[in-house]
Amino acid sequence: MIIKLLVNLIILLFVPFIMTGLINKTKAFWAGRKGASVFQPLYDFVKLVKKDFVVSKTTSAVFNIAPVFAVASVLFAGLFVPLATGNAVIITPGDVVIFAYTLGLGKFMMLISAMDTGSSFEGMGASREACFSAIVEPAFFMLIASVMVLTGIPTFYSLYGVVSSSGIYGILVAVFAVIILFIMLLTEGARVPVDDPDTHLELTMIHEVMLLDNSGLDLALFSWANSIKVLLISSLIACLIIPFNIPVVLHILCYLLVAGFIAVAVGTVESGMARIRMPHVFEFIFIMSSLALVVISLVMAKVFGG
Amino acid sequence: MARWTKVKNNTKINLSDIPGMGIEELKKQIIEMKMRPVGFFGKDWGFGCVRLFVILADDANSDLYISSAIFGPNDKSYESITQDVPSFHIFEREFYEQFGIEPLNHPWLKPVRVNQDEYQFFEMEGEEVHQVAVGPIHAGVIEPGHFRFMCNGEKVYHLEIMLGYQNRGVEDMMLKNHSGQLAESICGDSAVAHCIAYSQAIEVLKGIQISNKSQLIRKIALEMERMAIHIGDMGAISGDIAYLMGAAVFGATRTLVINTMLDLSGSRFGRGLITVGGVNYDLSDEFIEKAIKTFDKVGKDVDRMVKTMLKNSTVMSRLEKTGIVSAEKAKDIGLVGMAAKASGVELDTRFDFPDKWIKELDIERVPFCGTGDVYSRFKLRYKEVKESICMIKKLFEKWKEYKEEPLVADGIGNNYIPDAMVISTVEGWRGEVVHIVMTDINRKISRYKIKDPSFNNWYGLALAVRNNGISDFPLCNKSFNLSYSGNDL
Repeated sequence: MIIKLLVNLIILLFVPFIMTGLINKTKAFWAGRKGASVFQPLYDFVKLVKKDFVVSKTTSAVFNIAPVFAVASVLFAGLFVPLATGNAVIITPGDVVIFAYTLGLGKFMMLISAMDTGSSFEGMGASREACFSAIVEPAFFMLIASVMVLTGIPTFYSLYGVVSSSGIYGILVAVFAVIILFIMLLTEGARVPVDDPDTHLELTMIHEVMLLDNSGLDLALFSWANSIKVLLISSLIACLIIPFNIPVVLHILCYLLVAGFIAVAVGTVESGMARIRMPHVFEFIFIMSSLALVVISLVMAKVFGG
Repeated sequence: MARWTKVKNNTKINLSDIPGMGIEELKKQIIEMKMRPVGFFGKDWGFGCVRLFVILADDANSDLYISSAIFGPNDKSYESITQDVPSFHIFEREFYEQFGIEPLNHPWLKPVRVNQDEYQFFEMEGEEVHQVAVGPIHAGVIEPGHFRFMCNGEKVYHLEIMLGYQNRGVEDMMLKNHSGQLAESICGDSAVAHCIAYSQAIEVLKGIQISNKSQLIRKIALEMERMAIHIGDMGAISGDIAYLMGAAVFGATRTLVINTMLDLSGSRFGRGLITVGGVNYDLSDEFIEKAIKTFDKVGKDVDRMVKTMLKNSTVMSRLEKTGIVSAEKAKDIGLVGMAAKASGVELDTRFDFPDKWIKELDIERVPFCGTGDVYSRFKLRYKEVKESICMIKKLFEKWKEYKEEPLVADGIGNNYIPDAMVISTVEGWRGEVVHIVMTDINRKISRYKIKDPSFNNWYGLALAVRNNGISDFPLCNKSFNLSYSGNDL
């Protein structure tokens, strides 16, 4: 048990860096470049941690504690998600709610720390981020709740049961669920087509613009927290794809494979399409909601229609 | 019309031939003539007087009209022309800034490039309106400029652009010690265009006739500059909408073009190529062979990339109907060059004031029907890149006929024709670059006036972003790609 816990912890802490590195590598590949090493995000993290940081005079304590909240919230949320070995640390009914709102707390701290700087850019970024998260949340709950109804399990483990338990309905639900979670990953992870992680243009940024005033350790923590969040959402996708009752080592391998595949997919999406115009981002995120409604109707058909 | 002197591009004008009249009369005639301003600038006329020169362009007939008015030591104001002909707005602001003669009732009398401390921003009030201030220091390696947005949420009501941070006093430096090197650094991405305009002006005033060969090489360099910057801009537009493939391919293709320039002149941006009296470096048969191969590849790559890109719906949704400047507005505020062409106003010095090569090489103007959005400006660049490749090939062929001619003309003296003026316009990639040079009776240069197309076009950008999302501003900005230093001088 302890070993499993350690493996999960190590993967949770370090794989996010490699995932980000892999996304960048994929983008470099499509652009015909060699690209930086997949470990580059890790090196950057170390570099930032070593650096001194500057804090604006207009900020208050909120600005200082927000990065810690960001990391703590994703790590705490990570306790409830079945990770690499297929185990979650804490299994309890309603873990979905704790998961979503712990992430929400981290995001809230990040938003108010951005507002705290008093910069017009950061306020703009914060309002965009809040807006998009507000659309993501209901779709996420609709999806997970339907899955729970379908499998009858009131925890994240219900995701494992989707494909195996419900025949053709289960497969359909799983397909839609993967798409929904992938869009959620793109939105929450601040990737193209919702956000552009590479841009230097403050006026178009969403996630990055909120970090404009952060430097050194603070910046490192925020970026790390964000990539851990991406891994957590990938874990949910992994739960849908990987069969439950397979040996632990095989499960870890499959998990890493899924994470790697998702990174490549994100990189490919980023290379193949332009970023959506800001007002149309809502329409893109609403795809999640409409697919979640489809999932609900599928589940109703299965449960009540027989 | 008797009170205006009709002149041609790049020819000597005797100052004594330039008519003068009262400012009231001048204003009346400007309104009647309905022509586009090319120059509107003052010169100290001794004893506290200022003489205002006005140059209008009749693009359809390739003519320029010049006239002037004198302000006595006590004339410190006049009724502004902008009220009736809006395209004079920026010229009058500049004239006011340089000579302190106030255009009364000018709707937008703000500093152009000095005294930013006194700048009064236009402000909107209301609970939902908020201001966003960007710059003068920006992210990335770009020039300084301050942008002030009046927004309601994501929507931009109004943008005001305050420039002048790059003001180096080029016009005065040109008077003291003019050189091609200085002309090249007026605006780094139009080094060739500015240096050609400068050299042409000096050549006319010194009475030098340059060889056909160097004329051809200059034209080739100008088209290469156009290609390189256009392709680079297409990459930058792709980068701004996070379309990585475009950014990568156009970036690599642009390098091929500027490296060809490096082969020719030893500088990727063509610095040091053009000199008064001709050019410093010659083409060779091997160079031409290699360059044609390179440009064929460039043409093919750009073709393929543009086609792939414009098939992508996400790209199109970003480019189309973003940052629109209507043809009417473009004409009103006096946009020139690329920005005007994209809005459907055909202004191109190469064809409006053609030199002999345009006729001899049978180069035809192909009108571009643009709607003035970012897509049009992107598409226009693509069109011009292809045209430039064709044009360069024809010019290469022509070069072979004049192979034996000298690079630099003989007998370049130090003396200028006295009491003369020349208007030298060149179509740089961004639009018309105008250098106006005057000499006095002592055979010295007494006034050097420079107009970069950015000077006309910055206001177009401000109009383009109105009612657009603030997140689309960088894209609009990139589609114009105006020069800060060209405006600030």
